Amino acid sequence: MNYFPDEVLEHVFDFVASHRDRNAVSLVCRLWHRVERLSRQRVFVGNCYALSPEILIARFPGLKSLTLKGKPHFADFNLVPHDWGGYVQPWIEALSNSRIGLEELRLKRMVVSDESLELLSRSLANFKSLVLVSCEGFTTVGLAAIAANCRFLRELDLQENEIDDHSGHWLSCFPDSCTSLISLNFACLKGEINLAALERLVARSPNLRSLRLNRAVPLETLQNILMRAPQLVDLGTGSYIHDPDSETYNKLKHTILKCKSIRNLSGFLEVAPRCLPAIYPICLNLTSLNLSYAAGIHGSELVKLIRRCAKLQRLWILDCIGDKGLEVVASTCKELQELRVFPSDVLGVGHAAVTENGLVAISAGCPKLHSLLYFCQQMTNAALIVVAKNCPNFIRFRLCILEPTKPDPVTMQPLDDGFGAIVQSCKHLRRLSLSGLLTDRVFLYIGMYAEQLEMLSVAFAGDSDKGMLYVLNGCKKLRKLEIRDCPYGDKALLTDVGKYETMRSLWMSSCEVTLGGCKTLAKEMPRLNVEIINEHDQMEIGSEEQRVEKMYLYRTLVGPRKDAPEFVWTL
Amino acid sequence: MEKGGLGLEITELRLGLLPGSCGPSLVDKNDKKRVFSEIAEDKNSTTEEKSTQTKSQVVGWPPVCSYRKRNSFQEKDHLKKESKMYVKVSMDGAPFLRKIDLSMHKGYSDLALALEELFDCFGISEALKDADNSEQVPIYEDKDGDWMLVGDVPWEMFIESCKRLRIMKRSEAAKGFGLQLIKGFPKGFIKDVTK
Repeated sequence: MNYFPDEVLEHVFDFVASHRDRNAVSLVCRLWHRVERLSRQRVFVGNCYALSPEILIARFPGLKSLTLKGKPHFADFNLVPHDWGGYVQPWIEALSNSRIGLEELRLKRMVVSDESLELLSRSLANFKSLVLVSCEGFTTVGLAAIAANCRFLRELDLQENEIDDHSGHWLSCFPDSCTSLISLNFACLKGEINLAALERLVARSPNLRSLRLNRAVPLETLQNILMRAPQLVDLGTGSYIHDPDSETYNKLKHTILKCKSIRNLSGFLEVAPRCLPAIYPICLNLTSLNLSYAAGIHGSELVKLIRRCAKLQRLWILDCIGDKGLEVVASTCKELQELRVFPSDVLGVGHAAVTENGLVAISAGCPKLHSLLYFCQQMTNAALIVVAKNCPNFIRFRLCILEPTKPDPVTMQPLDDGFGAIVQSCKHLRRLSLSGLLTDRVFLYIGMYAEQLEMLSVAFAGDSDKGMLYVLNGCKKLRKLEIRDCPYGDKALLTDVGKYETMRSLWMSSCEVTLGGCKTLAKEMPRLNVEIINEHDQMEIGSEEQRVEKMYLYRTLVGPRKDAPEFVWTL
Repeated sequence: MEKGGLGLEITELRLGLLPGSCGPSLVDKNDKKRVFSEIAEDKNSTTEEKSTQTKSQVVGWPPVCSYRKRNSFQEKDHLKKESKMYVKVSMDGAPFLRKIDLSMHKGYSDLALALEELFDCFGISEALKDADNSEQVPIYEDKDGDWMLVGDVPWEMFIESCKRLRIMKRSEAAKGFGLQLIKGFPKGFIKDVTK
């Protein structure tokens, strides 16, 4: 190994693409570590508080693409208070003061301010791609800065962010000289859009492949856009409402016939079902269809649409499709790999329209299925056993029975055996979310069989500390564990403290861990940040026996964070 | 019927609806900053909300991400989950205007009752039932800037196009607006003119 010049090593490492493999390469020896770090261009940071921007910049001077994640996953469900943290500003400041020529920034669950966006746009001359997922804290003013200043912008992808909409003029801030756009997604913006500016932008972007519009873009504009961009591969419609007898709709029908490249379709945030036939011609080519925000498409219209999509690999849908609709999916979409069925009734008080029958049908008809998110009314052990047998290739299996702790309705038993079958059969399972009535036994199975499991989400489950211990002992590859409303206490928390340094993070809320237990853990493991979230000032310093409502711990190189708000105590 | 002098109720300061009490689906920027007090307020929520939330008092369940919760519209609830529709309401003779949230009302009679409460005047619901004899004429300004009589179009269409409301005195209707009156009633009210 010492006999190769660095350039040869570097060339070999070029073929090593995944983050994990590159991390492994860097551990072989000092020489490899050096060559690897100097040649690394893409870095993934799963927890922005695990290290500092300075450490990152020092180690990877050739950094071109950075992915950062901020808040814990349960922040998605309002379990983490606002102002908890996850600010991108320090990262952008550090990058702008360095010599790093960052070209791509991908953020998830972070707080992004207009100031951050403006700084980014002004200091990174070569910046090409901004992807923001589930972020907040910025407005269209920040977007205007990106549009105006990033001369080589190729990608602006905003997914499910909370953005304050001050005006639609940010689109007009793209200069006439900007012709490099490949991907533009502003579906999550709520306000009006300068439609003329949008059409002009599309007209001067010959490389545009992906365009996702927001609700404010009417069908007429969609028609005009598709005329100018028939090369689109990924389309998200805005408002899809018109009179099917109109001239505009007629034109749309003809224009769509030319859009032979569309493979991903989404949107339909508002929809007139009678206008759906216009998209039938492209259905056969679709590999990905997201109708999870299209509450206006249901019943027979929905089924008619699905029947035409024989090549679908990814389908995101609302549960109003029903078990019967899922049977149609099962018989039509033989290539299906990923399915997400979301509840239409998001308050969760009604009845989901899908049950175990829909899932069984899918598993029987779609053997290539490997990723599942399924919100349902009920589930049985028998069904899960069949699903496990039909689909041994699951990588992600997330099941949410809407009513917490609901047992198998046929046998009134817990769902331990069903989930046990899943983990036993699916040897490549990396992510699992449990629901329904569950005892310690399911965790015994998980610890025994889920050898590749990296992320586990548990709610309202288990009887004793044993449950959590089975998982911590058995799942060697566990990286993220998030638990809510389970009877796990200090014994479970403290039995194997070394485990947490092998993981990215642990979240426990509404469990039985005490302040004393958390303090003990923090003392024994100085390289973990053990954070207690003390909302509503419930906790008093000094009383060791009181239960901790929310605890989040993670490994870190840089000790307690300096931006923690008042209600977060780092022990 | 009380006319003229304003009841004490009108001078009483009233806060608008609590952000949380309209249900977690109606969340604007301020609400998301107060997510936890909003959840706490759920426990004090109105009966209307309680009936739809008997099961989901559990915070963060089902685990649907908050963006999706805020932006998922059900067809039938589409109008309810739209952002609040506050419009100004003026009444001839009242010294100041009020604001009313149209999205909180189910129909014309509901609206009429609310208006009566606001201005402590009785007669608006009469106007809708029996135009001939009522003192007040409820009109609204629509998207095109025209003043229209309340009650002609279906409720959903009305709240989409209503920009502001005015409770006009019948006497004003005769002179100020130049409405063509047939047998003393505005055209739109013609029903039974056998009097």
